[in-house]
Amino acid sequence: MTSTQIPGATDVTDPATDPATDLALDVRGLKKVYDGQGRSVEAVRDLTFSIERGSLVCIVGPSGAGKTTLLRCIAGLLGITDGEVVLDGERVTSPPAGMAVVFQEYGRSLFPWMTVRQNVELPLKEKGLRRAERRRLVDEALAAVGLTDSEDAHPWQLSGGMQQRVAIARAVAYEPTVLLMDEPFAAVDAQTRADLEDLVRTLWKRLGVTVLFVTHDIDEAVYLGQRVLVLSNRPTVILEDVAIDLPDERDQLETRSTPRFAELRHHVYELIQQAKRGHRPDGEAPA
Amino acid sequence: MRIRHLLLQLLKAVALPIVLVTIWWVASADSTSFFWPPLSEIVKTFPETWDWDRIQHDVLPSLARLAIGYTIALVVGVALGSAIGLSRTLRAFLEPTLEFFRAIPPPILVPVIAVFAGYTGWTGKIITIALGCLWPILLNAVEGVRGLDEVLVDTARSYRLRRRTRFAQLVLRGSSPQVAVGARQALSIGVIVMVISELFGANRGLGASIVQFQRSFAIPQMWTGIILLGLIGFALSVVFRIVEHYSLAWYRGLRQADRGA
Repeated sequence: MTSTQIPGATDVTDPATDPATDLALDVRGLKKVYDGQGRSVEAVRDLTFSIERGSLVCIVGPSGAGKTTLLRCIAGLLGITDGEVVLDGERVTSPPAGMAVVFQEYGRSLFPWMTVRQNVELPLKEKGLRRAERRRLVDEALAAVGLTDSEDAHPWQLSGGMQQRVAIARAVAYEPTVLLMDEPFAAVDAQTRADLEDLVRTLWKRLGVTVLFVTHDIDEAVYLGQRVLVLSNRPTVILEDVAIDLPDERDQLETRSTPRFAELRHHVYELIQQAKRGHRPDGEAPA
Repeated sequence: MRIRHLLLQLLKAVALPIVLVTIWWVASADSTSFFWPPLSEIVKTFPETWDWDRIQHDVLPSLARLAIGYTIALVVGVALGSAIGLSRTLRAFLEPTLEFFRAIPPPILVPVIAVFAGYTGWTGKIITIALGCLWPILLNAVEGVRGLDEVLVDTARSYRLRRRTRFAQLVLRGSSPQVAVGARQALSIGVIVMVISELFGANRGLGASIVQFQRSFAIPQMWTGIILLGLIGFALSVVFRIVEHYSLAWYRGLRQADRGA
C-alpha cells in the first residue's frame, strides 16, 4: 500500500494492547470468495485498513470493485473467507451491536407499514431502551435531520431525499460506534445530494460518530472524507490511502473550488482510472 | 361534496343489482312453471322460511363452522407458509407434495374425511372447510415471504431485530398483501365447501336445508336459500374488503407512490 496517510492509521497492532491507537474499526486481511456452481469468484482479495474512532473515511472504487461486498462483509451480513473484521476490539461474525448501516435503496430499507417515528424507534425498542429514553433519542435524531414535522408520515409519503434522512435518523438514534453508509446518495438528485452530504458532515461533527462512507463518486469522497481509501478492480485490494488535508470547515461552493480540492480530486481520479485499467499496487495480475 | 361523491359511488354499486332484480321480477311475474316461480312468491316465502328457529339451527351453525374452519386455515396457512417461505430446505422438501395436495379439489375430500370424522358432527365439516381454504392461503404466504425485500431483510438483520420481532414486524407484515390475495380466494372456496360439507348424510345447516327443499320439491323455499347464500357471500366479501382496506392502507399508498414516481 502506498502511504500518504495519517500516522498510525494503518497500524496493525491490536487496539486492546496498544492504548495509543483508538481504533473503532480494524479490517485485517479481509478476503471474500464466492463459491457457487462449481466455480469460485474472488471478490475481495486482501484488504487491510483501520479507522480511528471519530473519523470520517470514504471508500471509493471503480464500478464493480466489490464495494457492496466489502460493506456487507464489514457489517456482518456476509460471511468472510479469510481475515477478520474487528469492531471495538470484538471480532465481527454477525451484525454487531455497535454498527448501523444506511443502504443505498432508501425506499426499500424503511418499513413501509410503519410511520417515520416507528421506523426510527424500532431498533431502540429491540435494544430494550425505556420509553422516555427512546422518545428523547428519536426526537433528537428527527430534529437533527430536519424531519420533526414528518414523524407521523409513512416513508412512501416522503420524497427520496427525505426518506434517506429517515434512514440516517434511524442509524444515528441507534448510537452506533461505526456508521456504515453504502452509496447512500446514489439515487437522489444532485441538489438533494449536496444537502445530504452536508448533513452527514454536520452529524458526524456534532455526534462524534465514526463514519465509513462507501461511494463511487470521487468528488463526494474527497468532499466528505478525512481519508479516502481507493480500491482496485476485482479482486479488490486497496490501491492507496489518500489523506484529505482540506480544512475541517467544508462548504459545497468554497471547498469544491479550492485548488487543493482540485488536486486531490485529480489524484483520486487518476487512481480510479489506473484501477479501471487493471493497475494493482503489487503489480500482480488480476485473476 | 363528499356526501354526493359517496352517494354516487353507492348508486354505481347498486345499479346493476337493481336492474337484474327488476328483470327477474318482470320476467318471472307470470311464470306458471313449477321450478321457476315468480320472484314475488319467492320474496313472500323468504321470512317464513328463514325464521329464527331455522337461522338458529341451520344458518348460524353453518357460519360458525365456516368461521372456525377459515380461521384454522388462516393460522395454519400463514404459519406453515412462513416457515416454508423462510427455509430453502423445507421448500425443496415440501413443495412437490404440496402441489399434489393442492391439485385435489376439496369436495373430493368430503367423503374421505367423513369416513374418519363422521358425516354428521362438526369435526369433519370443519376439517373439510379448513383444508379447502388452506391451499390458497398457504401457497400465497410462501410466495409473500419469499418475495420479502432483501434490503429490508438486511436492515432487520443489521439492527439485530430478534426472531420474534422479525417475524411480527417483517415477515407477517411484509407478506400480508400476498396473504390477503390467498385469503380472499379462500373465502369464496370456504363458502362453497361449507355447503358441500353438508350434502352427505343427514345434516342440518344452510347447505343441507337448500338440498332438503329441493328434494322435497319446496321450490320457492329452495330459491330463498340460494338468495340467502348469495347475500351471505356478498356480506362476507364486504367485511373482507373493509378489513383489507384498513390493514393494507400502507400497501395501497406505497403502490400509488411507486406509480407516481
